[in-house]
Amino acid sequence: MRFKTFAAFVAPSLFLMVLFIAAPLISVLWQSFYLTQQVFESVEVETCTPGFVEQNCVTEIKSRPVIGDDGKVVTETSFVGLESYRNLLQPAQTVAALAQGSLAELLKIDFWKALRFTLTFTLITLPLVILVGLCIALAVNNAVRSIRGPVIFISLLPFIITPVIGALSIRWLFVGDGILTAALEWYTGRDIAMFAQGWTIEILMLFYRVWHVAPFTFVIFYAGLQTVNQDTLESAIIDGASRFERLRFVVIPHLMPLIVFVALIHLMDAYRVFEEVVGFRSEAHVISLQYLTFDLLTPDDSGNRSISRASANSMLTMIGIVFLLIPLLMRTWRDHRGKAR
Amino acid sequence: MSTPRALRQSPALRLSSASFLVLWCVMAAFPIFWIAVMSFKVPIDAFASNPFDVIFGPTTRAAGKGLSLFDIVAGAALLALTWYVATRHVARLASALAIGGSQPLGWVLAAAIFIAGTLAVFGFVAPAILGPIDSLLGPLGRPIIGLTMEHYQAVWFDNQFYRNFFNSLIVTAGVVTISLSVGTLAGYALARSGSSLAFWLLIIALVFRALPHSVLVTGYLPPFINSAEILRPIFGDAAPTLYGKPWAVIMVLVSINQPFTIWMLRSFFMNIPAELDEAARVDGCSHFEAFRRVIMPVMWPGVITTGLFSFLLAYNDYLVTALLLDAQNQTMVPAITGYFNRETTTTDQVEAVAAAVSITAPLFVLVMVFQRQIVSGLTAGAVKG
Repeated sequence: MRFKTFAAFVAPSLFLMVLFIAAPLISVLWQSFYLTQQVFESVEVETCTPGFVEQNCVTEIKSRPVIGDDGKVVTETSFVGLESYRNLLQPAQTVAALAQGSLAELLKIDFWKALRFTLTFTLITLPLVILVGLCIALAVNNAVRSIRGPVIFISLLPFIITPVIGALSIRWLFVGDGILTAALEWYTGRDIAMFAQGWTIEILMLFYRVWHVAPFTFVIFYAGLQTVNQDTLESAIIDGASRFERLRFVVIPHLMPLIVFVALIHLMDAYRVFEEVVGFRSEAHVISLQYLTFDLLTPDDSGNRSISRASANSMLTMIGIVFLLIPLLMRTWRDHRGKAR
Repeated sequence: MSTPRALRQSPALRLSSASFLVLWCVMAAFPIFWIAVMSFKVPIDAFASNPFDVIFGPTTRAAGKGLSLFDIVAGAALLALTWYVATRHVARLASALAIGGSQPLGWVLAAAIFIAGTLAVFGFVAPAILGPIDSLLGPLGRPIIGLTMEHYQAVWFDNQFYRNFFNSLIVTAGVVTISLSVGTLAGYALARSGSSLAFWLLIIALVFRALPHSVLVTGYLPPFINSAEILRPIFGDAAPTLYGKPWAVIMVLVSINQPFTIWMLRSFFMNIPAELDEAARVDGCSHFEAFRRVIMPVMWPGVITTGLFSFLLAYNDYLVTALLLDAQNQTMVPAITGYFNRETTTTDQVEAVAAAVSITAPLFVLVMVFQRQIVSGLTAGAVKG
């Protein structure tokens, strides 16, 4: 394929990606160093109220937004350097909290709170998702052929459901005296409120994510199990390998590339955790990095969006993505080099 | 065929494997099943702590809303009839509606007519006919399971959820068609070109796929809000404000989805033998003609699968649509959060449940129809490398 033809075929897709992915990235970087604010002016206002002999007059200095000729509030954009990053990271308080060695103090700062949750969420769900997916795949592979179709159908439901709705559907089972909370209360004999403290919400969020992603890992591992070399399995049996040893030394090594693939995809997706916070409405207790950006972008009571701080938060979020991607890129590069040779 | 003795499993292993599978299936289906049950009950029953109250709905039944034994029998018969029509007549309808010989269009139209018909029969015709009959039947016509459609009615008609539904329809339809037409071209070129430029494009796409969507939205928001002023030098006074425009959101979602789409389509195109288009080239076709005449007829399985995933992305999206669309043009998923802000009464909560079930129902049908394509799409990227 000549370069010109290739370019013609790729051009529309490339154009969209440059315009809507690459350009916004640059604009986010730019926005994080600049701050757009309304211009305020100080005016001396004299208010007089009628009095008995003479008027009571009060003079005070008020600041009010400047209204431009077109009737809109005048805004100005100024270079603020790292100010937005400083607002977000709160270095003074952070250092103070670290000096005290108090984690609770540190986690009062939104950014660290979000980072803490995002990282623990990613790292805890990763092994669970792989393990549960593998167990389902093995169990389905064991099952009678005729029930595999229906089981796959049911398994796909949690995967395909809208994330916000999936989180809500689990929330509704527990909210107030929902049936599962009632069941837990009956079992433990204590009063339980699942949404009154952070850690119970976090458990539900972890459960939701595993429930949502396990079908995906299951389907991939199940497809991998179909291609396990039967001869190797048989020779393992002849060598006297037990069932567990066969799983450990034949099946899992065969699935290893898939496990790596699933792990990388899951790391990317779990790092972007967002819908759980909306669905479980946990913003008062637990927030994630993406939710923090979302929250800063949502207009506050006076209709202002903190674009600059949201941009700074986005840039900091991306640093994490870079760390996640380096192993993936190195692997792809190795494969490519291997193929080219 | 009998399994070799060495491979045979002990009863304990079989039992634990089977019970694990049952446990998983219950866990997978239960929350979805349960919200579906809740949505048909009055609030007291829906949020009762006794599960049997939720299923049978005594308060709903006491209010005279429910299904009698006769209704259940009639409903089952109607369901069987629906199944019969779906399997026998929809295909014929589809070929009759294939205007201009376009099969996919015929199927879409036939499916839309069939679904609308089913909803009308179950939602309006059946209750209207069965109600009077029940009152004549005496004990057989007395409700035994509480069931009410009032929340659906409140959501869809009183709260105008149908507007959100049409917005979702516009956004998803736009995203699927545009991202497929742009993506197939790129995916085809990337699959056929072994150059290192193609490799680097794919790597960059992979990096783009990992970006959190909130980062991108942060980049869009200020230019979108101010776009009328930014674009004025080019378009003059007709410069549009992109914020709140469904077609702007469509372009955004298409672009966000583009990396995933081209990776997936590329892996499908890799499976179509290159000899096919080489033969067409020898016969004198240009690259584009070869693509149109030879590749397009055989690429549909991959395109349908990729289309399904584009559909899911657009349909399930919360973050982009919540931030870039205003309240008038809101799609279904962000619209549901409107119920939280005024979630003061339990009625509002059950209405939110009904809205959630309404959003989930199309996805349920989708899995039923396209299970095989979804599974093949999930494994396409992974197993082939």
